[in-house]
Amino acid sequence: MSKLTELTLAAARDGLAKKAFSAVELATAFNQAIEAANPSLNAYVLTTPEKALDMAAASDARLKAGNAGKLEGIPLGIKDLFCTQGVRATACSNILGEFAPTYESTVTSQLWRDGAVMLGKLNMDEFAMGSSNETSRFGPVVNPWKRQDGANAALTPGGSSGGSAAAVAADLCLGATATDTGGSIRQPASFTGTVGIKPTYGRASRYGIVAFASSLDQAGPIAKNVLDSAILLESMCGHDPKDSTSLQVPVPDFAAAVSRGVKGLRIGVPKEYRVDGMPEAIEKLWSDGIAWLKDAGAEIVDVSLPHTKYALPCYYIVAPAEASSNLARYDGMRFGKRVAGNTLTETYEQSRAQGFGNEVKRRILIGTYVLSAGYYDAYYLRAQRVRSRIAEDFRQAWQKCDALLTPTAPSAAFGLGEKSADPIQMYLNDVFTVTANLAGLPGISVPAALDAQGLPLGLQVIGKALDEETVFAVAGVLEAQAGFTAKAKPWW
Amino acid sequence: MTTLTAPNDLDIRSARPDQLVAGATGDWEIIVGMEVHAQVSAQSKLFSGASAAYGGAPNAHVSLIDAGMPGMLPVLNRFCVEQAVRTGLGLGAKINLWSRFDRKNYFYPDLPQGYQISQFAHPIVGEGVLNVDCDSGETIPVRIERIHLEQDAGKSIHDLDPHATYVDLNRSGCALMEIVSKPDIRSSEEAANYFKTLRALVRYLGTCDGNMDEGSMRADVNVSVRKPGTPFGTRCEIKNVNSTRYVALAVDYEARRQIEILEDGGTITQETRLFDVKTGKTRSMRSKEDAHDYRYFPDPDLLPLQLDQAWVDAIKASLPELPDAKKQRFRAEYGLSAYDAAVLVADKDSADFFEAAAKGRDAKLVNSWMTVELFGWLNKHDKSLADSPVTAERLGELVDLISNGTINGKIAKEVFPRMIETGDAPLVIVEREGLKQETDTGLIEQTVDALIAANPDKVEEARLKPKALGWWVGQLMKATGGKASPAVINEVIKAKLGL
Repeated sequence: MSKLTELTLAAARDGLAKKAFSAVELATAFNQAIEAANPSLNAYVLTTPEKALDMAAASDARLKAGNAGKLEGIPLGIKDLFCTQGVRATACSNILGEFAPTYESTVTSQLWRDGAVMLGKLNMDEFAMGSSNETSRFGPVVNPWKRQDGANAALTPGGSSGGSAAAVAADLCLGATATDTGGSIRQPASFTGTVGIKPTYGRASRYGIVAFASSLDQAGPIAKNVLDSAILLESMCGHDPKDSTSLQVPVPDFAAAVSRGVKGLRIGVPKEYRVDGMPEAIEKLWSDGIAWLKDAGAEIVDVSLPHTKYALPCYYIVAPAEASSNLARYDGMRFGKRVAGNTLTETYEQSRAQGFGNEVKRRILIGTYVLSAGYYDAYYLRAQRVRSRIAEDFRQAWQKCDALLTPTAPSAAFGLGEKSADPIQMYLNDVFTVTANLAGLPGISVPAALDAQGLPLGLQVIGKALDEETVFAVAGVLEAQAGFTAKAKPWW
Repeated sequence: MTTLTAPNDLDIRSARPDQLVAGATGDWEIIVGMEVHAQVSAQSKLFSGASAAYGGAPNAHVSLIDAGMPGMLPVLNRFCVEQAVRTGLGLGAKINLWSRFDRKNYFYPDLPQGYQISQFAHPIVGEGVLNVDCDSGETIPVRIERIHLEQDAGKSIHDLDPHATYVDLNRSGCALMEIVSKPDIRSSEEAANYFKTLRALVRYLGTCDGNMDEGSMRADVNVSVRKPGTPFGTRCEIKNVNSTRYVALAVDYEARRQIEILEDGGTITQETRLFDVKTGKTRSMRSKEDAHDYRYFPDPDLLPLQLDQAWVDAIKASLPELPDAKKQRFRAEYGLSAYDAAVLVADKDSADFFEAAAKGRDAKLVNSWMTVELFGWLNKHDKSLADSPVTAERLGELVDLISNGTINGKIAKEVFPRMIETGDAPLVIVEREGLKQETDTGLIEQTVDALIAANPDKVEEARLKPKALGWWVGQLMKATGGKASPAVINEVIKAKLGL
């Protein structure tokens, strides 16, 4: 039975359709795999094995009746940032206590609508603030991948969607929901040899997803391969009247775009992404990627995104500013953790002091500062102007090319604890990914090589707004050309 | 040589001499600007589908959005937007086709999100003007600075428990229009009339029910004083004043307080104050130094609000007749005096009542019955026109009975209380109680003959003073139980006495 967990989502879907196995068998296999692996990996913060079996049984009934949905019987892990009705949702923060929402996020409700099965809630950085999954109230996720140096160091799966990426990489689900505010889908995908796509801002509803930075947050899947990610994204997207920033556009057939090829496409290579001190393996990965696309018939063009160097500072003003306001509702009054004090102010102070972790507090402080009277113009307003310039850079680039190719992250997975003491080092993880969030563009990470230590590295494809299809087409070619088949060797 | 300060387009009105307040050091001028919060008359809240109805059990009208639950997002209620535009158009104001919602951040238990969604930098309505009829008979233009849409907060209840505060979120998220005037008001009376006129306008427009008891309209009143001809002084803001009378009392008290401080050589500190209705005084709530830094920024959950000019034009075309126009028409169409027209028009309900009753009738008679008898009774019983037991139709019928001679005015005054008691048609009451006017000259003639025979002295008196027939009329009324027609009586007496 353990074999079932190694299937891709598309293969499992075919197997279920052909009745090669049942949804209950599939769910059972995952329940068992999770039970065995989770104590070592800490990918799940809450498992829902009975719910999985109930949902799987219902899927089997629908499969039998011939009215199966697009994801019928497919077991998925759900990032803890998504509100799930009756199932604890904490954003991996103490401040949410044992909060169990009475409502379901639009994205997950669409997955259930299509027949998917919930295995549990996945670990993440607290409120999605982090790049290593180390800020979680439940402790870090351990990357299923190890360096080949024999030291057996525990590595980070990246963040904030570390649990999603690790669970997919370790075959603890067929796919996972994730969210990406500055790279939280793509960087963990890169660190774990998985595929992760952040769609165009407004493609997927934010309703029912605990907000970090509203103008940047987007949901997307992490999956075993490009096709699986396309299948999942299609279910997750669509206009939602409950989210005012949701786009009123039809959802294309993403899966069909994966095999479209790149013939005739112009692929831009932005020179500003060639940063100092970039590891050789990443340089090589990038040039290999360029060569693969060229071989497949794409035209490679050099482009310039001159404001790239301001993207990270801009992001670390805009995101904390919005977060400082979004997190004001966690006041110990209506739900989650309350630490009662003698006065209202004391209750606020103690609840928030004990409820939030250090990284979250740091960002609330930064965000409060940049919005304060006297600083607003110098920081927030200026960052908004920079943000417009960054978006304009991309618009200029689209005159010359159809998609951009860059590395996903400036390094492979690093060791737990290696960067957690230095926020700036940690923030640099997002250097290649934040631009897509600031400009609202779709971006995917595709595993394309192993470094000298045997750790996976990802390539990123950034597309035009609402042109996920081209992104998938380029990603499909990279995947095929890279022939990346490596998997983490189970040690858990 | 003194330099004049640059012309200030905020400071364009001077008080009349009789509006100045006398102090120990001379006269003072009161300067008032008002921010009126008017709750939009809407079924649901500004950003959620929860009921916006007044009342209900505590926390019965609360959606997940209003409660600030994790992952909940605001969705703008277009109906509320339309009401703000209507209000703006009613004030002849500029409608901003592009506006934006900002977050105003502060912590309080009755503010579940930790921020209020408001329009700080880019309001939906820009400058306009409200013409205010004052007690002096003068009409003053008060310029409107802006109107913006914002969420109301919930209610904190501090007096249910000595150690705890209870929170009711029913009002949390209800749509408010904040209507901001320029500092064009120069007395407590003008301030009260501004508030009253604004209330009448929103009620005409149907955009706010103006119900002050339910908190649908409340004013933040900015008051400062100065010596005439000098620049504006430092102002204090009196929060949440919820009646026309309190507005006047608060302005008067606050102006005197400030004058006293200034005349004692002190200075005014800019601060927020509360008006205590029990003492009629204002007291300090927080000073400028304690003011929150609200950290306004554009709400990233909402897109900028973009309106279509055609949509705005359609709203404009659908506006009802507004008080100014109605006043002119009442004077022209019904021959009412400016004062009578203003009184009727001040409230949409009374204007509508009047028109319904006056159509095709003696409008002045209708006006007099309505404003004297009906309003008198309503005021005495602390009721509004909406609660009137006498409908416009019935009042009209009563006037008909007077006009066609079925009853006289005196009898009508007996019929009216019966109408209030029973709600019956006046004709039914008149017939049931036998109150029809006696026009049978035979009975009257007999009575006059008898009076002449029995009272030769009165006959002599009448011949000497033919205009003083009071005694005769009184006797005849007594004899006929008040039902005799005054016209017939006069005619018969004059004929019989040969006057």
